[in-house]
Order: sequence, then C-alpha cells, then structure tokens
Amino acid sequence: MTIQVRYFASLREKIGRDADEVNAVEAQTVEAVWQQATDGKAMPANLLMAVNQAYVKSGASVKDGDEVAFFPPVTGG
Amino acid sequence: MPQVMLFEQPFEPYAELQAYEASIREQHGAGQYGATASFVGTMRDFNEGDDVTGMFLEHYPGMTEKALEGICRQAVNDFPILDCIALHRVGEIQPNDAIVIVAAWSAHRTAAFDACRFLIEKLKSEAPFWKKESLASGERWVEKNT
Repeated sequence: MTIQVRYFASLREKIGRDADEVNAVEAQTVEAVWQQATDGKAMPANLLMAVNQAYVKSGASVKDGDEVAFFPPVTGG
Repeated sequence: MPQVMLFEQPFEPYAELQAYEASIREQHGAGQYGATASFVGTMRDFNEGDDVTGMFLEHYPGMTEKALEGICRQAVNDFPILDCIALHRVGEIQPNDAIVIVAAWSAHRTAAFDACRFLIEKLKSEAPFWKKESLASGERWVEKNT
C-alpha cells in the first residue's frame, strides 16, 4: 500500500533526494502525501503537483500505487 | 496525429520541420494547407545581465511527453489547423543550440499564427521542463520564464 513520491529540479535539491515512498492508508490526499514525505514542511506557495503525471490541486485524492510528483514552476521553451 | 519528440542531442529544427511537412503531404495529400507558422527557441549566452556558458534542461520523463501531446491535441481541437508539432531538447545544452520548435499548418495564416502562439505559451507554462544555467560564478535555476 504505497505511493511513490518524486521531486524535481530546485525542489529535489532542497529536499536532498529525488524520491520517497509513503503509506497509502495514512495519506489520502496530495497534501497529506507532502506532509508525510517531508515531515511536515510548509508547502512552497508556487509548488506544482501531479498525480500519475497529470496536474492536480493539493486537495486531490490519492490511492495505492499512485505516483505523486512535486516540482517548482516550469521553465521550458 | 501531431508529432511530439524529445532530443537528448543537438537537433536541427528546420530539418525536422521540413521532414514533418513532407509527411503531412503524404498523409493528407498535396495542397491541403496554405499556411505554416513556426517558432524556434534558441539558447542565448546571456540572461539577467550575466554571461551563460551552458545549461542543463531537466524534465519529467513520461509526464513531459503526455503534456506536449495534450497541448498539441488542444491546439488541433481549438484552432482550425491541419496539424502541428512540438519538439524539445533535454539534457546538456550549449549556447546557440535549438531548444524548441513548435509549428502549425492550416488553410489560412490566422489559424497557423494563433495555434503556433498557443503552442509555445502553453508549453512554457505547463510542460515539465526546468532550466539550470551555468555561469562563471556557478550554477542557478532559472526562475523567471520570460
């Protein structure tokens, strides 16, 4: 019952790792996944998040096997 | 079907454009479009008043392709265009390398221009790419995507 967590770019460097696993029973929203993975760090105001590689808001629900990603504003193009 | 590609090595955007245009003619028959609009983004050697010697383009494999495909699909749905492409570099990049090309083909110029603008603006605000610049003084993440 796990959720894969991924971090990218400057956020990955700040957190100091590129991935985590959290318990899907305890974390049922994206925000709860963040709290559990980061030991309750405050969410950066401009943080972007995705579940299974599609953008969501922090209140979106998550389930066993989901991939949740957190990253800073994008700067491609 | 719009074309989406990521390049880990330098690529020639105009050669890609030409190759895809040939495939449009094969797919749809000759004479099906009257306008092609394209935008090419190239790496500068300056940013925010500093000399930039190189750049690393990080991305989110899997989500990047999905995002580009979604943006192209939306362009085809929202504008009267025949087809479009979104091609992007990733990895280590040198000044003067092409970073991105988007292009749209339509019957008349307005739709091609509008769709091309939509493709690049949407790509810049939504596709999961991040630029890290190398300067004489070290490295920094690009924060303003102007």
